[in-house]
Amino acid sequence: MTVYLDHAATTPILPEAAAAMTAQLGSVGNANSLHASGRAARRVVEESRETVARALGCRPGEVVFTSGGTEADNLALKGLYWSRRASDPARVRILSSAVEHHAVLDPLHWLAEEEDAQVELIGVDAVGRLDLDALRASIEADPGSVALVSVMWANNEVGTVQPIAEVVALAHEHGIPVHTDAVQAVGQVPVDFAASGVDAMTVTGHKIGGPYGIGALLVRREVQLTALLHGGGQERDVRSGTIDAPAIAGFAAACELAVKHQPALADGLARLRDRLEAGVLARVPEAISNGDPDAGAEHRLPGNAHLTFPGCEGDSLLMLLDARGIECSTGSACNAGVPQASHVLLAMGYDDEQARGSLRFSLGHTSTEADVDALLEAIGPVVERARAAGQTSRAGKEPV
Amino acid sequence: MKVLAAMSGGVDSAVAAARAAEAGHDVTGIHLALSRNPKSYRTGARGCCTIEDSNDARRAADVIGIPFYVWDLSDRFHEDVVEDFLSEYAGGRTPNPCLRCNEKIKFAAVLERGLALGFDAVVTGHYAQLRTGADGLIEMHRAVDAGKDQSYVLGVLTQDQLAHSLFPLGDTAKPEIRAEAERRGLQVADKPDSHDICFISDGDTGGWLGEKLGESAPNTSGPIVDSESGEVLGEHEGSWRFTVGQRKGLRIGTPAADGKPRFVLDIEPVSGTVTVGPREALAVTGLTCIRPLWCGTAPDAPLECTVQLRAHGEEHRAVVVPSTDGFDVTLRDAASGIAPGQACVIYDGTRVVGSGTIAATER
Repeated sequence: MTVYLDHAATTPILPEAAAAMTAQLGSVGNANSLHASGRAARRVVEESRETVARALGCRPGEVVFTSGGTEADNLALKGLYWSRRASDPARVRILSSAVEHHAVLDPLHWLAEEEDAQVELIGVDAVGRLDLDALRASIEADPGSVALVSVMWANNEVGTVQPIAEVVALAHEHGIPVHTDAVQAVGQVPVDFAASGVDAMTVTGHKIGGPYGIGALLVRREVQLTALLHGGGQERDVRSGTIDAPAIAGFAAACELAVKHQPALADGLARLRDRLEAGVLARVPEAISNGDPDAGAEHRLPGNAHLTFPGCEGDSLLMLLDARGIECSTGSACNAGVPQASHVLLAMGYDDEQARGSLRFSLGHTSTEADVDALLEAIGPVVERARAAGQTSRAGKEPV
Repeated sequence: MKVLAAMSGGVDSAVAAARAAEAGHDVTGIHLALSRNPKSYRTGARGCCTIEDSNDARRAADVIGIPFYVWDLSDRFHEDVVEDFLSEYAGGRTPNPCLRCNEKIKFAAVLERGLALGFDAVVTGHYAQLRTGADGLIEMHRAVDAGKDQSYVLGVLTQDQLAHSLFPLGDTAKPEIRAEAERRGLQVADKPDSHDICFISDGDTGGWLGEKLGESAPNTSGPIVDSESGEVLGEHEGSWRFTVGQRKGLRIGTPAADGKPRFVLDIEPVSGTVTVGPREALAVTGLTCIRPLWCGTAPDAPLECTVQLRAHGEEHRAVVVPSTDGFDVTLRDAASGIAPGQACVIYDGTRVVGSGTIAATER
């Protein structure tokens, strides 16, 4: 039996989403064709667009379907940067946070290297929350030179929810557009595009019970974006590529359900998560719980538990749990499979060793009490074993 | 047994892991990430540690049906192998980093961590054979395939390490291993063997050393001196670019009086003097070895044996006499082109007795 505690990486597809997707897979029709089959496909796409818009609080015309979160982040960052700089060459600064996902950090590094962007990564506090004073100071140092601000809605590793409303207020005071990566937030905490005030928002299918390879950038009508992919101009002229009607239908079904069930799911997940965290701490008293201890929706994703096990390698813990059928994550960025210390934990002030000794357990719609029980039964012996191995691999220099 | 298979991404370690799994062991594959920046290491099939190698190892593990993880040992590798390699060259010696990696990484750091995690042994694709001797100790013997035998680079392993090692390929010739990989559906069946030093991406050891040693280099130039006439034949750009016995790349303008080629005889790292001379002057009749490591019991009396002085090198009949900090070797068959820093591995027939690092040679 597999105990799946890695829903933040990807969560099982909802049966309704799979059904909506497979219903379309058997139909022919390019949504941009003019005949009856094309119109039928188009109808599915536009109905899906309306469903997504309704679920996330935007207008249908503000939904740009993409191949997923990474593409949506790239489109937002590069598209906004290029378009803002084109209208005023002085706008070369991009302000973001030090705890963004690599789908944001890497495009920012690329823009800095190749496109002369000046990227400033604003720091976070010990629970991973953005330093608003630092953001304000950075904006006010020279508001006219800021192309955009990008801050994630909720962190994928430690689950900290960012103060998006405050970020928007600070940026909009100077007419600066704000992008947010809300990939982890949708379905876990309330997310409303219009109410949030952001100008662009990244969402993706496979984190909310939809299919892989589909997502969207929600982007306000009046915001100009420069295109990344050129071709048929199918999506509002900023995204080209034949429209994937089956994936879009599955994504829309998942979006609708995820948002509808969010309050109930969040209650259930928070309870399970609290039990998991308390249970692990009872069995491994020296473990440290990371992230915001306040479980409110404005503070912490309900399905996220993140713990540091002093003296252990996260890798060792993961491998030992995996051997017992328990699947979690070291919460670290993976570069070609080479584990590296998490930039998120380092930004929160952890040292390299603490960062490498951490695990993320993330719960989702299929999580059960039995999953938590299985982890709690295994965690004591696993930590004991990993601690022995951690010490030898760090300190031991002599042959056995 | 619960066994860790160290999988480089090459054909040998893939077949070794498959054989261990087939023998009924509970096998977990691991790929060692040894580079701090995998992209900077060599690409393609010549070396190891590239992203491509890691993917090849992962695919082999999939086909065998075993779990697979990447272990980051780049810090340990850098400290124990790369830095040692640099300081040895800077000191005018010629180290073998593969022995060092076996001694400090594969059968030390990996094995220690594996044992602590509940594994019983490490399996690798090295060509060597293990058997239990009459005294109950594990003996390491040369592989059946003399051309592929790797007992030399394993000569640094102690009894404890050997007792926790498996070398399933030692009884088979390399072409058969490739055929077996093909039969098992392993994509790496025809992947070329790795050569040279894995952490020097373009194979230019001299250039790499020059770049890495930088200001810590003991010299960046010096004279090339003829051993017989004492005449300065030329200048060089750093003594670390040379190794004893080297003939090519000396770039000496004036030919020797007798017209015969000249070889590097000695490297003096502080002054930077590189001495060259005729092939006959390279003949070595004795060795002083330090850092002894014994596979089983250390000899306490002079030992009639053979020694091998470089990877895939020939065997020399010899007498080994234990000393206070190592052993001395009298070579019955003179050896040529032997440099301090190289390993001297002692054999009793096909059995590896132990090894030491050559500190000085006698001519």
